[in-house]
Amino acid sequence: MIQESPLSTVGIEDQKKSEKPVVPLAAATVRFCGDSGDGMQLAGTQFANTSALVGNDLVTFPDFPAEIRAPRGTKAGVSGFQVHFASHPVFTPGDQLQALVAMNPAALATNLQDLTPGGILIVDVDSFGERDLQMAGYKSNPLEDGSLSKFQLYPVEMTKLTRLAVRDFGLSTKEADRCRNFFAMGLVYWLYDRPLEPTLNYIVEKFGRRPAVAEANRRALMAGYNYGMTTEALQTRYSVGPAKLPPGTYRSVTGNQALALGLVAASKLSGCTLFYSGYPITPASDILHELSRLKNFGVRTFQAEDEIAALCSAIGASFGGAMAVSASSGPGMSLKSESLGLAVMVELPLILIDVQRAGPSTGMPTKPEQADLLFVLFGRHGECPVPVLAPRSPADCFQIVLEAWQIAVRYMTPVVILSDAYLANGSEPWRIPSAKSLPKIDVRHPSPQERDGPFMPYQRDENLARPWALPGTPGLMHRIGGLEKEDVTGNVSYDPDNHQRMVRLRAEKVARIAQDLPPQTVEGPDSGELLVIGWGSTYGAIATAVRQLWEYGESVAHCHLRYLNPLPKDLGHIISRYRRIVVPEMNEGQLVRLIRSQFLVDAKPVNKTAGKPFTVGELVSTFRSLLEEN
Amino acid sequence: MSQIMELATPTPPGVSKPLTQKDYASDQEVRWCPGCGDYAILAQMKKTLASLQIPLERLVFVSGIGCSSRFPYYMNTYGIHSIHGRAPAIATGLKCVRPELSVWVITGDGDGLSIGGNHLLHILRRNVDCTIVLFNNRIYGLTKGQYSPTSPTGMVTKSSPSGTIDNPLNILSVAIGCEATFVARTIDVYTKHLGMVLERAAAHRGTAFIEVYQNCVVFNDGAFSYATERATQADAILELEHGKPMIFGKDRNKGIRLRGIHPEVVELGTGITEDSLLVHDEKAPEPTLAYLLSRMRYPEFPDPIGIFRAVERPVYEDEMTRQIAQAIEKHGEGDLESLFLSGDTWTVK
Repeated sequence: MIQESPLSTVGIEDQKKSEKPVVPLAAATVRFCGDSGDGMQLAGTQFANTSALVGNDLVTFPDFPAEIRAPRGTKAGVSGFQVHFASHPVFTPGDQLQALVAMNPAALATNLQDLTPGGILIVDVDSFGERDLQMAGYKSNPLEDGSLSKFQLYPVEMTKLTRLAVRDFGLSTKEADRCRNFFAMGLVYWLYDRPLEPTLNYIVEKFGRRPAVAEANRRALMAGYNYGMTTEALQTRYSVGPAKLPPGTYRSVTGNQALALGLVAASKLSGCTLFYSGYPITPASDILHELSRLKNFGVRTFQAEDEIAALCSAIGASFGGAMAVSASSGPGMSLKSESLGLAVMVELPLILIDVQRAGPSTGMPTKPEQADLLFVLFGRHGECPVPVLAPRSPADCFQIVLEAWQIAVRYMTPVVILSDAYLANGSEPWRIPSAKSLPKIDVRHPSPQERDGPFMPYQRDENLARPWALPGTPGLMHRIGGLEKEDVTGNVSYDPDNHQRMVRLRAEKVARIAQDLPPQTVEGPDSGELLVIGWGSTYGAIATAVRQLWEYGESVAHCHLRYLNPLPKDLGHIISRYRRIVVPEMNEGQLVRLIRSQFLVDAKPVNKTAGKPFTVGELVSTFRSLLEEN
Repeated sequence: MSQIMELATPTPPGVSKPLTQKDYASDQEVRWCPGCGDYAILAQMKKTLASLQIPLERLVFVSGIGCSSRFPYYMNTYGIHSIHGRAPAIATGLKCVRPELSVWVITGDGDGLSIGGNHLLHILRRNVDCTIVLFNNRIYGLTKGQYSPTSPTGMVTKSSPSGTIDNPLNILSVAIGCEATFVARTIDVYTKHLGMVLERAAAHRGTAFIEVYQNCVVFNDGAFSYATERATQADAILELEHGKPMIFGKDRNKGIRLRGIHPEVVELGTGITEDSLLVHDEKAPEPTLAYLLSRMRYPEFPDPIGIFRAVERPVYEDEMTRQIAQAIEKHGEGDLESLFLSGDTWTVK
């Protein structure tokens, strides 16, 4: 039945001779969208990987519903994947789309607003039946009623053409239709002059064991590509050349992948066994999935019975000397707050990752938000300080883990990392570090010794850290726990002066971390009209917006905080050098409260809680209007 | 291997003298109420550990919140007095990374069955190698006398002035329902029996679960007097022995017989012989018999004490270690450089 090897690309070379004109572009943004069963995440991921392999800089943004399969054809079930690829550095997935692929009317209805006027709109005309239109809320067919006239509309009989392409492989209609995403990919690959080989290789790897499916997908991909080449409708294709990225070897990573890689690296660099515990929760589960496959690194993953057990088991593992890590999101973080308090009290090192999602309560599990900042800083009973760090991009998630573990072991404290759904699922090129060049993380455990009298588990070093004495070590037997401890001896104490001292010691210990932090960087002028202070995943949008304003000669600088607790020592000084301060956040104003209260400045909030990241455009116009104010 | 694993080898005892009960006691003043059943359990624990000569540094006591949970402070071992109900989860994490340690979870009826019920279920089904000692006094003591999940229905307490309307949990039925591999019951004042059960639990590989009837002198005094008073105890207690028929009573003339699927108390003589009695089998692969025994309750039946169930099943952390060893065998020991470079990469010059 299968005559060609799955890798064969016979015919392409011949046909290339009759290619249509190729228009070079500096950057483009493409979005694939369709039903959540249409394979749009796969299409987008493949397109992104291929773009990375041709050397583009890129940022991706997958946007999908929490429901695995919402009713087919409904707006609730629309899943999309956006890729911004460029021949220059890019920091965001792009505000506006140059091309949109919509597999059905619901996808068109929910995504059209992002397509730039004049943009390319490819739709599967076969899925625009009356019922499909109805489900998407269309009263008339948009392909026919002229409402899409400001776009370059290409209605393609994608279902029919895919079925024809795969008809020789004995697939059911349902199975044949599952190849439609490869047809769409093929067409967009042609449109943006992308090589097919990476995806052909992927097909072999993924479907090799099912030759008929592999061949059908390959045929669908080729059919889409060839359709672009031969159809008279499409007359122009585009190309985006390689970006000038710093030299090195790259791969594409999502934030969750980078966290997992960072955790394994930190474990190796510190010589501590990695213990990772988690309870399944969107959008943090992928970290557990990644790590559970890395058992040959000695990684011990534990799927706990609940969120509380996930963090408590990490505390137990930390007591045993492991690099203990747990991750969660909104509701899970709420459940973990009591255990995090215990970790603060017993002063054991561990990392807790909060992959933030839109809340409160269950909220919108797949959508990003930055609304847990005040919660992780203050959401525990008692005076309960923890260091908090936030990565600014998917690839930065790798580095943030190394820093978090360094802080955790040097200061004997739990550390919280604030990621979010946008970083977790979005991807970008990661310049792969040489494993040998990564600095070792120094971990010390007191050694066994004969002593007079009991061991002092709360005797502090120069960083105010207590010793990490491990069970199994003769002579160092000691008890820790949630009750207030007597300074030095660690015995239970209700003494008022002791409690006062211990509260301040715990606070001072975390405050002292600031002494290790590098000077806060500022992008843009050293002083001037406007300072934009951001944190976490908004880096890309803010950095791009600020750069656009520079082109107009605006006096704008960008200060992006990596350390939310303690804040960098020089932040107050930096703030004092600008006339206005603005703090954009994907929440209703959290960091801005800290800045206002700590530095007594009239910092302005810019807030968005729409379950979507800021667009560059909305930030540019907000900053501009602030600059225009007197 | 990391430095953690190197510590796995117990330090040789060297020239030190054998450990005595006193060596297991910390320097902290014990602060339970005078006459509390906890004292007896503490004493018996030290005695058992000394008889087993388990090195102090290899022992970790993990507890939650409640009177019983103060236990770790009184032991000269490693210990964590954690938060309410969470001791099993903490112990699980510890054992996952340090399988060689001897880990003991100390909990109570409120801590283990109410706020921490979920964690208890899961440590039992996973069969993490540790011993759980649940002090059951059928009351919340540390919070000064509210009814607990094991308080009998109708019990008048500070929070149930009209009597509780809750149906109590039968702890051992729960543990056996979770297919715990070692399930036992003993009584604080039965010191010898308590010592025997602790010793058997310590020797068990997997989660050993022990319910100890423990008297709270202040808030629920005499809750188990039927089982501890000389006058009634022989008729109120059935001491289980593996392979032996179930006989009890002051004159050892009563027994447990199975009628259909229901146990019944019968009097020996009068035509009934030992041969017709149920014979205890703690090693039965199915937990059915153990469950049936756990349902027997005074006064209709004597409360069984002893080892209800002691079977072998793979230990959680052993399986975890095995999977890691297998992965290393299959893929080689993980190398960071090649992990970073896995998947599609490209080079910018």
